[in-house]
Order: sequence, then structure tokens, then C-alpha cells
Amino acid sequence: MAAINRDDVAHLARLAHIEMSAEELDRMAGELAVIVDSVKSVSEAAGDDVPATSHPIPLTNVFREDVVGHTFTAEQALSGAPDAYEGRFKVPAILDEG
Amino acid sequence: MTENNELIRSSAAALAGKLAAREVSAVEVTQAHLDRIAAVDGKVHAFLHVNTDEALAVAAEVDAIRAAGGAAAEELHALAGVPIAVKDLIVTIGQPTTAGSKILEGWHSPYDATVIKRLRAAKMPILGKTNLDEFAMGSSTEHSAFGPTHNPWDLDRIPGGSGGGSAAAVAAFEAPLALGTDTGGSIRQPGAVTGTVGVKPTYGGVSRYGAIAMASSLDQIGPVSRTVLDSALLHQVIGGHDPHDSTSLPDPLEDLVAAASTGNVRGMKIGIIKELHGEGYQAGVENRFNESLELLKGAGAEIVEVSCPNFKYALGAYYLIMPSEASSNLAKFDGVRYGLRVLPEDGPMTIERVMGATRAAGFGDEVKRRIILGTYALSAGYYDAYYGSAQKVRTLIQRDFDAAFAKADVLISPTAPTTAFKLGEKLNDPLAMYLNDVATIPANMAGVPGLSLPGGLADEDGLPVGVQLLAPARQDARLYRVGAVLESLLEAQWGGPLLDKAPSLTDAAVSSHGGSH
Repeated sequence: MAAINRDDVAHLARLAHIEMSAEELDRMAGELAVIVDSVKSVSEAAGDDVPATSHPIPLTNVFREDVVGHTFTAEQALSGAPDAYEGRFKVPAILDEG
Repeated sequence: MTENNELIRSSAAALAGKLAAREVSAVEVTQAHLDRIAAVDGKVHAFLHVNTDEALAVAAEVDAIRAAGGAAAEELHALAGVPIAVKDLIVTIGQPTTAGSKILEGWHSPYDATVIKRLRAAKMPILGKTNLDEFAMGSSTEHSAFGPTHNPWDLDRIPGGSGGGSAAAVAAFEAPLALGTDTGGSIRQPGAVTGTVGVKPTYGGVSRYGAIAMASSLDQIGPVSRTVLDSALLHQVIGGHDPHDSTSLPDPLEDLVAAASTGNVRGMKIGIIKELHGEGYQAGVENRFNESLELLKGAGAEIVEVSCPNFKYALGAYYLIMPSEASSNLAKFDGVRYGLRVLPEDGPMTIERVMGATRAAGFGDEVKRRIILGTYALSAGYYDAYYGSAQKVRTLIQRDFDAAFAKADVLISPTAPTTAFKLGEKLNDPLAMYLNDVATIPANMAGVPGLSLPGGLADEDGLPVGVQLLAPARQDARLYRVGAVLESLLEAQWGGPLLDKAPSLTDAAVSSHGGSH
């Protein structure tokens, strides 16, 4: 498997929406390379015939009655928001129009 | 002071008995624990928030109901008035919930977790919220944004993690009970290094509704206590089906308290997992583990050896699955709906850039590492090799457990490979930190329940060693049965609870740099 380098980390940090400084990228690339190296044996552990397990104790068809349950008031839902306006979350510009 | 000392050192079961007999009031019990927190938490730092007023109000309500008598008094839960601490990953109305992260500093949840609702229904006063590694990511509490918790056995050492605050609170007699969460060992490993009891129930056995998710297919809330019986009592309060959690098991809860009171293990088969002891385990850990085996054998259990050859892949697979799920779960911290918002210092003020600046400032290093690792493992081109392979390993681990439980009723191993290490010792070596969970992770991967109880003190450093019991899924009762028997045999040898040997934290001789090991 491919090793992880600084450019990979920069790309992943963008995907994960975490700004990283140059030194943070260097340090993270070094640490992640060691971790990725230590987990690579996992890809050799199981053959094609082994099914994947996504859930330890699978339950199927977990439904509830189609009735309105407990809901938050707008005030409750907005109580932890950094910014709100007229009962709605207020966000910075979605698009960069500069 | 002597009287208070007796109250804080009592088990939850003993306190429940004294409260029911009205030998002591719930307010006295709660106040004794609040006083203890005031006296020692400056050194231990188990709590991020102390809930004085509400805890005393709930205690006073219990006392009033008992004093009035009648049906309401008779209907009180057995643990009514017995106080409890709650890991700060579990949301609570009326107290902040931080998850140990700056991104949630000062945040108040608009709802209670299901387990909190159940504590309130039982009228158990909530003493406060306990410290943890940020978003439960760590094995030492050093990744908490609000400073580490100190091990009551030696304040220079780690209390384990991520639930080091809950374990230390119980070990330092600041609370008789606590709630923890266990994704890869975060209840059991802190229990091991602090000489306390911790249980990870069967996956789905306790509702996760209101536990801030790290890795949803691995996370489980469970009890933290000083005795096996106390964990069983608390497990029965919080366990059972919850329609708010679609992974909650519909099965009725077993009588775990009865299991803890069975009193014998005669004829039970107890399997030593070949791969989970020996090389890589500290000599003192191995010695105490072997003594526990002898005691169980002496009590009539049959000790057999089982092999789980795929456990060697468990740590690696865990460090692919857990970060993958965490990276997805933590995407919700976007600086819009709750928590911190940080604006970029210059350039266009778009939501993308606000999100990037917010998450950069709000998350600590370990959280960032895991988010990046998870994003990597899930990215196109790597998914099959990493996440896909790890899920197959999960199947292999389940098959290993199935084969092992065909030969044994419960399995046994040391809980952690070492005793508590020094604060700072492994902070800059993520891989060394991850190895602490090598014996606890397989249970989370397979969804089976596990219990850690004190096994004694290691010869070389005088620090607590944990013994782990594992049972098949939905057979949590077996853990309590075997755990309670082993606990009573060990305490008979020690002449009392292991925590009697812990240093007094109020002794003037013990400084914050104390410990003479």
C-alpha cells in the first residue's frame, strides 16, 4: 500500500475542512506515515471469501410508528448556535464572490 | 470527618441500604461527596463541572419522599439518593457538555441522553461531569483540552483513558458510581490502572442516544464503580431497549444483580486467550493475572486455553474503522449549528474558510490525526484496501470469539499490558499510546461484553493491575457472576478492598508531585 506524504495530508485536510499550518502538515505527515505503516498488515489478513462486518450485532427492519415524536422548538435548536437570525442559523457567505 | 469518610468509602449498595433504612439522608450522602470533591479534586482533576445545586435538590427530593412515606416512598428506586458522576461525553440538560473539546466549550445540550433520563427517573443525584480525552480519543486523558486527570494512586501518572475522569472520581472516593463510554477500552483500561471496576456491556445493551458519537459501530455506554455488584446495580438502571437508538437491542435485560450474587463458579469453563498475555505484558501484570487464574481454579472453575489468532490484526483494523467513523461523525462540528466559530484572519469570509478555521482552532492534535486518518482510509482508491479489509478482519475476530466461546463460558486476560505510566511519557508517540488498548479492542470489534476488575498491585511499581473478563454477546450476566466471585476471593486475600491500599489524598505529606513508587 502507498505511503502517506505531506501532499496527501494537505489534500485530506482540505477534504476534512481543517486548516493546517506548514509545520502541522510536516508533523502530521510523519506521524500518519508511522500509523499507516503499522496498520497495513490488515489488508493481508483476510481473503476474498471473508464477508465484511459493518455492525457487530446487526438488527434489521428497525422501524417506529409514523407519528410525530419529540421535536425541538426553534429556540432550543438555535440555543447553541454561534449566530442566528430570525429563528434561523446564520452562516457566512456560501460562495466566494470576490 | 470520620463519619463522612465512612460515607464516601461505602459502596453504592451499602449506601442504598443505609438510605432505605433512613440511617443517613440523601442530602448527607451527596454533601459528603461534594465535600470530598472540594477537598481532593484540585489534585485529581476528575471533574470538568460540579453540579452542586441540582445534586442537592434531587437528594432533598428523595429525602422528602422518604420522610412522607406511603406509596411514593415505596416506589423509590433502590439507588434513589445514591450520587453519580457522568462522563462529559454524555449530554445533560442543565450542565455544560464539552466532550473534553474546545469546540464545545460552554455548550449546553437542549436534551438529555437516555441514560441521563434513567438516572433522573431513579432519582440519583448527578454530582457533575468528568474529564476525558477529547471526544473520547485517547488512553490517558492527556488529550483533554482542559488538562489531564491524575491517577489517585500516584498523581504523576495517567488515570487511563478516555474515561480517566470517571475512573479517578470513583477511585478517589469523589463518587460511588460513574458513567463511562467504551469504544476500544475507555471504560475498562481506566478501571485497570485505577484499581476500580468498569464494564462495557454488549453492543446495543445500553442506549447510545445522547452519547456524542466517536465510532458508532463500536461505542458503548457502561458502568464505572468500585465493586462488581455496584456495576451490576447501575447497569440495571441504564440498560434495556430504547427506541431512540436504532442499534438498541430489543432483548429484556437479564437480572445482573442476581448474577453478581450467585457466589460460585463451580464447573464453569474459563478460557485464557493465548494471544492476550505473555510477551509484551509487564511482569507484575502477568503475575497478578496468573494468581487470579489459580483462585478461580481453586473455586472449582475449569481453566482452558483458547486461541484467537486473528486478534493480532485487531489493533490495526480498529485504527482504520474507528477513525473512519470518527471522521464522519465529527463532520457535524462546522461552526454553524453549535459550538465554536472562528473567523479566518484574512481573505474571503466564506463558510468553507470559517469551517476550516473553526476546526483548526477547536480540535486538538489527536482528533485531527484521527479525522485525517479516517478521511484517508475512506478515500477513493484506498477504501477497499483499508476500510474494506478492516471490516473483514472484524468478521475474523467474531469467528475467533465464536470458536473460543464454544470451548469456554467466559474468557479472561489482563485488561491492559502495563500499569499506569507517567503523564507525558507516551504523549508524543501515538502508536505507543494506541498499544494500551490491545487487549480491550477485540470486544468492541465483535460487540461482546467485557468487565475489568482490580487484580492486585504489580510487584515492580505497586500500581493496580486489571483483570478482564469477556462473555458472548447478550451474556453480560456471566461477567458479573465470575467477576463477583473473583473479587471476593481476591479481597479475602488482601484483607479488604484494593483501594484501601491507595494513598490518602488529603494527607499533607502527599504533594501534587507525590507518589514514592
